[in-house]
Amino acid sequence: MNDRQKKMLARIVAAAVLTAALALLPDIGVLPLGGIGKGIIYYLAVYVLIGHDILRKAFLGIKNKRVFDENFLMMVATAGAFALALYEKSGDYLEAIAVMLFYQTGEFFQSYAVGRSRRSISALMDIRPDYANLENPDGSIEKVDPDDVETGRIIVVQPGEKVPIDGVVEEGGSSLNTAALTGESLPREVKAGDVILSGSINLTGVLRVRTTAEFGESTVSKILELVEDSASHKSQSEDFITRFARIYTPAVCYAALALALLPPLVRLLIPGLDPLWSSWIYRALTFLVISCPCALVVSIPLSFFAGIGGASREGILVKGANILETLSKVRTVVMDKTGTLTLGVFEVSAMHDIHDELKTDEEEKKILIELATLAECASSHPISKSLRRAYGKEVDHGRISDIQELGGYGITACIDGRSVAVGNEKLMRRMGVEYCHCNTPGTIVHVAVDGKYGGHIVLGDVLKPHAAQAVEAMRRAGIRKTVMLTGDSRAVAEKVASELGIDSVCSELLPEGKVAKVEELMSAEGPKDKLAFVGDGINDAPVLSRADIGIAMGGAGSDAAIEAADIVLMDDDPRKIPTAIRISRKTLRIVRENIIIALGIKGICLILGAFGIANMWLAIFADVGVMIIAVLNAIRAMYIRSDSF
Amino acid sequence: MKKSFKIDVDCANCANLVEAEIKKIPGVKDACVVFMTQKMKIEFEEGADPDAVISQAMKAAKKVEPDFCILD
Repeated sequence: MNDRQKKMLARIVAAAVLTAALALLPDIGVLPLGGIGKGIIYYLAVYVLIGHDILRKAFLGIKNKRVFDENFLMMVATAGAFALALYEKSGDYLEAIAVMLFYQTGEFFQSYAVGRSRRSISALMDIRPDYANLENPDGSIEKVDPDDVETGRIIVVQPGEKVPIDGVVEEGGSSLNTAALTGESLPREVKAGDVILSGSINLTGVLRVRTTAEFGESTVSKILELVEDSASHKSQSEDFITRFARIYTPAVCYAALALALLPPLVRLLIPGLDPLWSSWIYRALTFLVISCPCALVVSIPLSFFAGIGGASREGILVKGANILETLSKVRTVVMDKTGTLTLGVFEVSAMHDIHDELKTDEEEKKILIELATLAECASSHPISKSLRRAYGKEVDHGRISDIQELGGYGITACIDGRSVAVGNEKLMRRMGVEYCHCNTPGTIVHVAVDGKYGGHIVLGDVLKPHAAQAVEAMRRAGIRKTVMLTGDSRAVAEKVASELGIDSVCSELLPEGKVAKVEELMSAEGPKDKLAFVGDGINDAPVLSRADIGIAMGGAGSDAAIEAADIVLMDDDPRKIPTAIRISRKTLRIVRENIIIALGIKGICLILGAFGIANMWLAIFADVGVMIIAVLNAIRAMYIRSDSF
Repeated sequence: MKKSFKIDVDCANCANLVEAEIKKIPGVKDACVVFMTQKMKIEFEEGADPDAVISQAMKAAKKVEPDFCILD
């Protein structure tokens, strides 16, 4: 609670006590001056105590030519109630005070609830480091503002501290909690030479880190900027309500004026009828109180804010409320294969002989891998790395000579005095070796020794462990169509797609082809349905920005991805895609609920008020009660079930 | 040039109104007042005097929302 809220609370309590005392007093006439207008002086004093700021703002509003705000509504409603009580000589001033008192209580509660939820949402996103421990050349350590640390300096991160700036570990080992960056709850082990990102929390050991960026360019700054800016992108629903409020408030004021004047005037014209001025004016005042638009105006941005906050707790960074809104309408998800659904590393999946049948002899297999690995040992191609992993031993370079790399074919070399050829089918043809075509999808490495075919190795891209679950969860989240794009061959693409349960595949695409394909899919969409593209952000920035929603995976490292994407998934778990979709759907559902609840209850109360059935007390509920319901409902957007896998 | 301020603003609607007013001030290229994060960002035009613009912005903001203020 801040100072202003404390002051407000004191005023509310004081006014409530005084009002109760006045109400319980059997005869106000016993007090000095109590006889004038049935004690109006006392009632007015309490009224001013509780409502002076509203009155001040209302007058300032009139002075600045901004009538028709809620302060104005409250002033007219309460002053009107006073005037009515004086005119009728009923001495019933309590209602005016009660209206003001409840309005202020409601405002207080709103400001408290909104403030609380705002802080708890902000806390989810708050990964800002406050300081860095800079090591001076003489070895002393100084606490400085992270902004003041230059690139290439050494900083020390103690256990329990946040890593303030991106860098490389120079010395020390520890485990890092990267939950704020990746949503991953398992700690990550780091040792000297590892790159660490700012925003992670050092858990166990002291680390000396050489910074590789300035604070402003570090991961944590980029994420904070993205998240803070997200609140400034307004959703269509919010725009709608802002526009709605702009015409709604004046409209209600004129309606109230009409309600106060027209029916009595009509009744005046009909002989024998009492115009009932005071009753119609009372109805008009009730009307004014009911109509305050604040529940709508506050609950919609709050819902989006809560949704964005909840998402960022899951390691999903959403660039704005408008993005969340579009994401909720996504029906088609297009995914890149490598890096999104697969790990992008190859693994030996099979070894075949000349009849394209699985080799069974372990010794033969070992020799095949060994020959291929040795021949490829000078290459930096991912295939060579995968072979080396499968080989599992140090490469003895002394056994290899005469390595010749034939671009587009493969490699020939002399190993242990034998001539070995390792490459694709074209190489086999070129060498005049009788080979067999492999029917297994994957990357095929043929091996020939001394002009004789030795067999081939099948390398397959490894699927991410949760990719199939992710596709299934997307379908459950309401995605109608999943599409996979890849530059790989058709056989590989179709195998991956059928394993994952993906609906449609486009293979052998060049990077430009992906943009065209996404455009084609988008034009095939219904006018209200949207398309999301998911990629790893490395070479698909154009596609990310072209799609209705671009989702970049494992984005913490790549600037281009953060720039181009609308949503950045901090880690590379594809299950975050359906989670993001579910969060957006839930948020939009809450927004719609709030619009319906607020407009519905207010609409009913307005009608009741116009017919004289609703009194001031119901009016207060329609204003304050509805707002509290809407705020509490909005907060729900922050929580998302993560148990659906 | 861009500057970011911590602010105190009471309601979402007031923040929208203040934003609209500040955008009209000469020397302001773009402005953004966010109720949720209680932050205001002003992007100044080339050659504008930030201090003068800010004091004008405060005046305009107070007109719409008397309780509006910049913290620290």
